Amino acid sequence: MKHTLSVLVENKSGVLARVSGLFSRRGFNIDSLAVGVTENPEISRMTIVVEGDDRILEQVIKQLNKLIDVIKVSDIKPESSIDRELALIKVEAGPKERSEVMQIADIFRAKIIDVGTKTFVIEITGDVSKINAMTDLLRRFGIKEMVRTGKVSMLRGIKAAREE
Amino acid sequence: MSKKQKMSGAETFVECLNKEHVEVIFGLPGGAVLPVYDELYDSDIRHILVRHEQAAAHAADGYARATGRVGVCMATSGPGATNLVTGLANAYMDSVPMVAFTGQVPTTMIGNDAFQEANITGITLPITKHNYLVKDAKMLPNIMREAFYIASTGRPGPVLVDLPKDVQTEEITFEYPKNIKLRGYKPTSKGHPLQIKRAAKAIMEAERPIIYAGGGVVISGAHAELLALAETLMAPVTTTLLGIGAFPGTHPLSLGMVGMHGTKYANYAMTESDLIIAVGARFDDRVTGRLDGFAPNAKVIHIDIDAAEISKNVAAHIPIVGDAKNILTELIKEIKRKPKSKWNEKIEKWQKEFPLEYDRKSKEIKPQYVVEQIYDMCPDAIITTEVGQNQMWAAQYFKYTKPRTFITSGGLGTMGYGFPAAIGAKVGCPDKTVIDIAGDGSFQMNSQELATAVINDIPVKVAILNNKFLGMVRQWQELFYDKRYSATRLDTSPDFTKLAEAYGALGIEVTKPGEVRDAIKEALASDKPVVIDFKVTPEENVFPMVPAGAAINEVIDYGGKI
Ligand SMILES: Cc1cc2nc3c(=O)[nH]c(=O)nc-3n(C[C@H](O)[C@H](O)[C@H](O)COP(=O)(O)OP(=O)(O)OC[C@H]3O[C@@H](n4cnc5c(N)ncnc54)[C@H](O)[C@@H]3O)c2cc1C
Ligand SMILES: Cc1ncc(C[n+]2csc(CCOP(=O)(O)OP(=O)(O)O)c2C)c(N)n1
Ligand SMILES: [Mg+2]
Repeated sequence: MKHTLSVLVENKSGVLARVSGLFSRRGFNIDSLAVGVTENPEISRMTIVVEGDDRILEQVIKQLNKLIDVIKVSDIKPESSIDRELALIKVEAGPKERSEVMQIADIFRAKIIDVGTKTFVIEITGDVSKINAMTDLLRRFGIKEMVRTGKVSMLRGIKAAREE
Repeated sequence: MSKKQKMSGAETFVECLNKEHVEVIFGLPGGAVLPVYDELYDSDIRHILVRHEQAAAHAADGYARATGRVGVCMATSGPGATNLVTGLANAYMDSVPMVAFTGQVPTTMIGNDAFQEANITGITLPITKHNYLVKDAKMLPNIMREAFYIASTGRPGPVLVDLPKDVQTEEITFEYPKNIKLRGYKPTSKGHPLQIKRAAKAIMEAERPIIYAGGGVVISGAHAELLALAETLMAPVTTTLLGIGAFPGTHPLSLGMVGMHGTKYANYAMTESDLIIAVGARFDDRVTGRLDGFAPNAKVIHIDIDAAEISKNVAAHIPIVGDAKNILTELIKEIKRKPKSKWNEKIEKWQKEFPLEYDRKSKEIKPQYVVEQIYDMCPDAIITTEVGQNQMWAAQYFKYTKPRTFITSGGLGTMGYGFPAAIGAKVGCPDKTVIDIAGDGSFQMNSQELATAVINDIPVKVAILNNKFLGMVRQWQELFYDKRYSATRLDTSPDFTKLAEAYGALGIEVTKPGEVRDAIKEALASDKPVVIDFKVTPEENVFPMVPAGAAINEVIDYGGKI
């Protein structure tokens, strides 16, 4: 089972190492990790997707909370949050495939942001399943390269996963 | 000293130590900490020069465990810093408040593989509660304040502060911060009142309760509350290795230690109980044995300051997060006196039936006998131990009645810990007798500290239970590897009495049971550090024993009987 954790941390050097080190040391698997500064420049937010049952999740959260530089950990439930990921996909698109690839990109509201003689680079933003769906469709053309940011999440409505 | 004044980083450092009331530092200098050592030269803070930085860390640890104050150690960059690593890991595992300072190459050279550079903050990330690389002297006062605060509060632990050389010489305007601002660190100390009420209810309903007390009781200073709780409920108390001293070993309700080498009656009582009241104990695998056989019918109340310990190994029905002393104080208000019960009688029967035993009529010196005589002759001593059989006998055959009198490496099991820890304990408690109950193997891992003890006039006593083996490992080879003693013979140990004398300490050799008491007497009378070399039965084993993978009521008794 996958869980999404929104982790507020001090924006200090070494914090990423502390967090990622904790995961590997305790044998917790990170699926994806995205990090960036928040509305407060002293604080960064990490969105971490972790695989594991409820027991593992509980330990992960408790151990994260023990790190001095971790300010708050929120377990983000899919039904009460929105999440997005961005991917850049370099796909093979010779003269014969071009229009079909363009159509797929169009359907997914993705953008073609670079055109080479034999390739397109497609930018897609969406929730993880949307990106997976599009990459599945593009696979038969040949995906030469793909970069994904990892998921970022936010609670819906007025609620915020922030420092009290 | 006026409030705002220009100071170098090194001066700032010493001033901060003064503000934290640091009275002693264990350390060894080098190029990267020269500015700090130069400042210390004129300061009132005592510096004890060790002969190996590992000993500085263990001495700071022993000092902290004996006194409850933060222990401080220091080393230079690179090899000095890496020599501290074992000591930090040891303190981390056993929740010991410590601050370690290391020199570092100048900030401009960090990352260049400079001479004696080691990324010590990276290396110690998983074995410190927190660590700092000071990149700017202006940050130093805040970091110093935070380091001592973090080390000593909540669940205590070691904090490392890495001091680049240029930071030590940089001039700043000194001001010691009044407040600490740590958004991400707010330890819980008060227990949840509702949980305490629930616990009280479960306690009053229980028929076969047992109190399982750990190192957290010692750390919290909750021994008086623990005693009151036990006596009010007539509940038996067992402790972990690190909880020894939290409850008087001489008390009728004391069951001694639980777990792998715990008493049979403690393990039986744990297994048959219907309620475990765990206080500051973390259900270590040495305690629980095979988890599915551990106390199958018991509810668990788990009192611990660290939420991450709750339900980590054993599911807690009633968790209470907070400081043991606070929580027990509140809990006692919620419970009523209970009379002696059938449960108590059952346990008393086990105690009579399964006492700790060894061959008391032997013509050889039995290690258990040595420990009993030490107890008899100085029951108020602080005992430190090395690791192995010596440690287990020191736990089993000495009756500790006060907290902070039994100092041992539990979680990491570090051979070589006991002697430097004894030095630290003696520095912290100069009026107490401090004895390291040692093994011949372990003692050799830090015997160089005889120099430290002699030169600094720290008269600790070392009682080597010399079995000419890495005894604990040999015991496993005897029991589980057909007596194939691969690499466990220590035939070529030095003459320990001569070794002691070479350093200017007193050495005493004991070969007969009849000489044991005289030797202890002589050691206690001497004002020097003393090493007593007790030639004990080489192949003596520690029993009872729960073999690896067994449930804790599946015990091997004395003589290897199951
Ligand atoms: C050779 C060898 C054999 C061993 N055999 C045994 C054995 O037979 N039996 C045994 O018990 N151990 C044995 N040990 C030791 C064992 O490995 C563990 O170190 C020990 O059991 C842990 O003790 P503890 O649970 O008290 O935890 P500690 O490591 O002392 O941890 C303290 C706990 O208290 C909590 N705490 C801290 N401060 C507070 C506070 N203020 N309020 C509340 N809680 C607090 C902490 O969060 C932590 O959970 C052996 C070790 C060695 C080396
Ligand atoms: C630093 C270190 N290395 C290895 C071990 C593994 N070990 C555990 S007990 C032991 C034997 C200790 O021998 P000794 O000090 O003579 O004690 P004894 O068991 O004989 O009393 C060993 C090697 C350890 N605990 N620590
Ligand atoms: Mg030995």
